[in-house]
Amino acid sequence: MSQDTDQTRLDYLDRPQFQSLLDVLQDAGFRCVGPQVSDHAIVFEEISYVGQLPTGMVDRQGPGRYTLKDTGTGRFFYWVSGPQALKPHLFLPREVLWQVDRDDDGKLHFSSACGQPQGVAFIGVRSCDLAALDLLDRHFLQGDYVDSAYQSRRQQIFIIAVNCARSAETCFCHSTGDGPQVRGGGYDLLLSELDEGFIITSGSSKGDEILVRLPLRASTNQQHEQVRQELVSAEQQQRSLPSTDLNEKLMSQLEHPRWDDLQERCLSCGNCTAVCPTCFCHSEIDHPGLNGMTSEHIREWDSCFTSGHSYIHGHVLRDDTRKRYRQWLTHKLATWHDQYQRSGCVGCGRCITWCPVGIDLTEEVAVICGGDAHG
Amino acid sequence: MDNVGMPHEAEVVEKIIESKSIFTLRLRFTDPQVQASYRFLPGQFNMLYLYGAGEVPISVVSDPLDEHIFDHAIRAVGRITNALSRLEQGDRLGVRGPYGRGWPLQEMEANDLVLITGGLGCAPLVSVINYVMRRRELFNRFVIMQGVKHSDDLIWRSRYQEWQQQPDTQVYLAADQAGPGWPWTTGPISALFKQAEFDVARSKAMLCGPEGMMFVAIDELTRRGMPESDIWLSMERNMQCAVGHCGHCQYGPHFVCKQGPVFSYPEVRQLHWVAGF
Amino acid sequence: MVSVAIHKFSSCDGCQLAFLNAGQDLITLSNMVEIVNFAEAGIVDTRAKADIAFVEGSISTPEDLERISDIRHNSNYLITIGACATAGGLQALRNLANGKEWIADIYATADTISALPTSTPISDHVKVDLELWGCPVSTRQVFTAIRSLLFDVLPRDEHDKLCLECKRQGVSCVMVTQGIPCMGPVTRTGCGALCPRHGRDCYACYGPAENPNTDALGKRFAGLGLVSGQIAARFHFINSASPDFRQAGLNWKDKGNDG
Repeated sequence: MSQDTDQTRLDYLDRPQFQSLLDVLQDAGFRCVGPQVSDHAIVFEEISYVGQLPTGMVDRQGPGRYTLKDTGTGRFFYWVSGPQALKPHLFLPREVLWQVDRDDDGKLHFSSACGQPQGVAFIGVRSCDLAALDLLDRHFLQGDYVDSAYQSRRQQIFIIAVNCARSAETCFCHSTGDGPQVRGGGYDLLLSELDEGFIITSGSSKGDEILVRLPLRASTNQQHEQVRQELVSAEQQQRSLPSTDLNEKLMSQLEHPRWDDLQERCLSCGNCTAVCPTCFCHSEIDHPGLNGMTSEHIREWDSCFTSGHSYIHGHVLRDDTRKRYRQWLTHKLATWHDQYQRSGCVGCGRCITWCPVGIDLTEEVAVICGGDAHG
Repeated sequence: MDNVGMPHEAEVVEKIIESKSIFTLRLRFTDPQVQASYRFLPGQFNMLYLYGAGEVPISVVSDPLDEHIFDHAIRAVGRITNALSRLEQGDRLGVRGPYGRGWPLQEMEANDLVLITGGLGCAPLVSVINYVMRRRELFNRFVIMQGVKHSDDLIWRSRYQEWQQQPDTQVYLAADQAGPGWPWTTGPISALFKQAEFDVARSKAMLCGPEGMMFVAIDELTRRGMPESDIWLSMERNMQCAVGHCGHCQYGPHFVCKQGPVFSYPEVRQLHWVAGF
Repeated sequence: MVSVAIHKFSSCDGCQLAFLNAGQDLITLSNMVEIVNFAEAGIVDTRAKADIAFVEGSISTPEDLERISDIRHNSNYLITIGACATAGGLQALRNLANGKEWIADIYATADTISALPTSTPISDHVKVDLELWGCPVSTRQVFTAIRSLLFDVLPRDEHDKLCLECKRQGVSCVMVTQGIPCMGPVTRTGCGALCPRHGRDCYACYGPAENPNTDALGKRFAGLGLVSGQIAARFHFINSASPDFRQAGLNWKDKGNDG
């Protein structure tokens, strides 16, 4: 071994040994969910062996555009983001909250549909996704009411985060303070990927338990320097927000002509809200069985871009796209601060990429707030 | 409750037809323990669940001291409220609640109270009226102003007449359009302010009803010199979860179901004139 | 017992399969309601009184005109099922052309064909209580509506955009990943994102969603390389007679003629 290794620091996992991480996690009772190529995108699905990982794949992202390219490198995590990460696994797109049975006398019997989920280990969670998870936690767990469906899954997860070695063209997490480097906690294990392997550290006692079972070696200072350099280059992002707190600025621009301009371009399709890792709006509806003896009370993802979102007493408060887009942007970037003590945007750029007409949030903010998006 | 989002079964004890489209359901939880532990404050609301159809937020109108029963006055306007109007005595439904912040009545003691309501807006304030009437000595002058579009829209006419007879209580009603036999004012609600007698320096106002009507009333009150922080109002927005999670009632920095529905005017002033929030 | 009638006008009969393909649920249903007219299942009494009438197909012959008014008269609650009954259907393309010429081009003895010059939705002729869109409608839509009416509750109108359902289903957008022109952002939900789940674009068989921005989507299609005529054709396909799509298609057609 070269002189710059520190034998007391066993934090290096050779790439050929990566399967051992999956094996140890599965042995510890976790179902592993990790990145895979499916439908021309990186998606998080169940995974049991290394061969399922998107080896060598990178994502090319732009407004309304997402393509994958095989670079031929051996890296598993050289891509940056897909349409979703943790959100659909914790806050399910559709789930039964409770069920009610009606007997022949018309009496109602309510029962909870909350189950006991199996532990899930998420592999490849990005810094922005951790920031978003923290916001979902604040929303569903840390208020006056705890969402038991979300909580039951949240308590069971094991997070293997990964530092971003590159940024996509749509990323602006550096300006929101949420990436590309994982800082602070929120993870159980943290990976930094190099061509030949991974620097791996633990962020929790659960992480410690897994770490000691891995065939680790000592890393070199050179490897740490390589990670640092890649993080610095990932910080060079093409997009940015002018400030981490736009509350006052945006709320003073509620009649800006740009909202009318957005009405012309925006499809009001809700894709931005569905891919946003912090958007939590959902509607509650009933699905009665045909025989009328039972009914399921279901929640499903909703969006502030639907008319149903602001329906009240027979009319719709936000009856056009101008009002709906303004509702979305002002909540996300402005009044979120009042509710969760920070902006609701973590800079992942998904709303830009997955907007079918490529509306760029950073560009809209720059115009509405009078700054320069790309400065 | 172990699961904050799950209703308890309740039964319709009585159904009262108030007008063509407004009805009152008197309800009781079928589980005596649930009924016994159920407490609400005037201004709070319940989620009523109609089997197989879904839930709607409805404010409680009865007296909070009544331990055996709670009332909901409902206007049949959407798919669920219309279907609720077909419930009869003995029918079962689901109820969860109470939710939200009610009127700060204790802080209002020893003041003149000015209640201003429009349309069915009086519903969240009827429980206040009941509350005040039972504790009349705690408050000074009591002014009740109600505006309706058409005199036929007024419900609880006999109750207004009854309240009018109470000591130190002023009741003023206005109809934009009045039919024959309307003994009160014809015109907008602002016309009532000339008649009402209260001391702006030691008054608290409680408003409920269409937002346009509330703007007019706030304008009148502040012009008369009432500090904005003495004006309270009840807001309405789409609500599906009632616990601040589903996002539909988000209103600037607030979730109406959680921080509201009762707000002091300075809390909501920022967006009050902006359509679409 | 609640009576249900299923009527057919100009159509392919495919929407009635929503009932026939229901399997066990069809047996459950037949124990709960009396089916008084359903020709595809062998029950024929077209003048039967019904609490709930489902109407498939568009009005496209003089005889249709008379019959739909009878059905409205005999039915308490009338539901159109499918693109034909709700928006005139594929056959409404003739509204944009010279129907007579088309008939003459196709049939040897055109004078024996008795057809109106247009194909129109049921709601152009009688009051419709509920519209279920789709080509064809699904069993889920039809049975959800019946279940709701049996509870004496109006069925929910599903008019959100398909995109939301795609995202709930975890489907990666075909337009963003592959540049395939997809009608999802202007199309009504209800199909469960059937086409995108199979990797292809939505072709708007469920008709326009609430608040559809057809202009912006058409421009996006142009950016993806479609010429005006092709964009017009995307809007003028299954639901060409629905006002939003009709106008959008005509606008793009005009652009093609100008350019």
